[in-house]
Amino acid sequence: MSRYSAFSLIKNALSGHKNWKRTWRAAEPKPHYDVIIVGGGGHGLATAYYLAKEHGIRNVAVLEKGGLGSGNIGRNTTIVRSNYILPANTRFYEHSMKLWEGLSNDLNYNMMFSQRGVINLAHTPGQMDAFARRGNAILLEGVDAELLDTEEISRRVPGLYTGQNTRFPIVGGLCQPRGGTARHDAVAWGYARGADKYGVDIIEHCEVTGFIKDGDTVTGVKTTRGDISAPKVAISVAGNTSTVMKLASIDKMPIESHVLQAFVTEPLKPLINTVVTFGAGHLYISQSDKGGLVFGGDLDGYNSYAQRGNLPIFEHVAAAAVTMFPNLARLKLLRNWGGIMDMSMDGSPIICTGPLPGMYLNAGWCYGGFKATPAAGWCFAHTIANDAPHALNADFTLDRFYNGRQLDERGAGPYPAHQ
Amino acid sequence: MIIKCPHCGPREASEYTYIGDASIQRPDHNDTDMEKWSDYVFMRENPRGAHMEHWQHTSGCRSFVKVLRDTVTHEISDVTLEGPWQAEDKS
Repeated sequence: MSRYSAFSLIKNALSGHKNWKRTWRAAEPKPHYDVIIVGGGGHGLATAYYLAKEHGIRNVAVLEKGGLGSGNIGRNTTIVRSNYILPANTRFYEHSMKLWEGLSNDLNYNMMFSQRGVINLAHTPGQMDAFARRGNAILLEGVDAELLDTEEISRRVPGLYTGQNTRFPIVGGLCQPRGGTARHDAVAWGYARGADKYGVDIIEHCEVTGFIKDGDTVTGVKTTRGDISAPKVAISVAGNTSTVMKLASIDKMPIESHVLQAFVTEPLKPLINTVVTFGAGHLYISQSDKGGLVFGGDLDGYNSYAQRGNLPIFEHVAAAAVTMFPNLARLKLLRNWGGIMDMSMDGSPIICTGPLPGMYLNAGWCYGGFKATPAAGWCFAHTIANDAPHALNADFTLDRFYNGRQLDERGAGPYPAHQ
Repeated sequence: MIIKCPHCGPREASEYTYIGDASIQRPDHNDTDMEKWSDYVFMRENPRGAHMEHWQHTSGCRSFVKVLRDTVTHEISDVTLEGPWQAEDKS
């Protein structure tokens, strides 16, 4: 496979861009692999890439029921940050941040990773105290954090309303300067191309319809394109985790599927050069390189498998956006979309071996799936290759819900819709 | 999405608060089996399709209602009152 470079760009420009090669092969399923990964989203593709690159396991198939990257990897607000407070989460997301920082070079694919900073706004003195504590906890883990006062916020985000004449005036904020955004589709395409280069078969339009078991041990999958066997079957299917696990006769998971909507406006000249989140409600907003403002907010709030949301959240999110940036009031929205989140009951993910022999699970990503993509793939690959978790995902077990070791980042209790 | 409240009639879902899965049963308070309690607190069927759930008409009559809703189409096929008022439900 040819490397992308300025030279390859010029060469292909001279031939009218008609000679670019396919980015990955359209592989036909073979009857047997060393590892099958169910789910060709960002996480599944990253897992395949790191299995091949870090662990030398290249006889791998990634099975995707639709087109590659048609799920949550293309249905998010592209934000990357690692400002978590629980040590297990901070370390994991910081590992992800470090992988993001080198990802374009590693994959020879432009991720358009832009460390433009993420500012979380505070609206009460109590919230500022909580942010100071959070910031200090983050700094103690060696991750960057800055506490900002209102003047500094207004200097950095000129369009933001920082006056007092509003229900929730801004009193300050917490910034992670290394946070930012990345081009979400490029993540799927880059990892697919990287995995394909090592010989991984990426098989699109191949839906898993059942598991082949020997007793309790999973030995393969039944698909719409025939049976495929493998000693290791890894599940990485985001919002469909419960439905796929039911195929393996596991009827209950500590997960609810919820829809999260996102929106993009018509393109504008540069207005917001960072990521800003509203602290009194739930809204996060940034501006894409094309100029559209990309924003999202709360879950719709009830279990959903429909990849679309309803109007009340639409109204709520738009109202929060206009509260923060009154000059957005007359903007038109171009598109909105919904992704199905696998909301775990404590708000933290699951990357583990099991729950059946021969099976491996990556799930429960809640709001954090996109930013986690590189580290989730990296840790999941390690877990699959070694039949044991890496230190970074050792706490992300499935049985933590039975032994009192939940990772409740928000301190919100077992209530997935309110994470 | 419109939920038909047995008291107030058809109302917009934004008048209601979603409470959660109505298929789970709380174990008896004297039952000290930890696994049963963990199942109750954390484990969900999370079906793709028909889902029985609790809602409360918080911006209306404040009744708790049990709603049978499809999680793919959002179609609501049944709404009943919960608690002792269930017997008076004439809908």
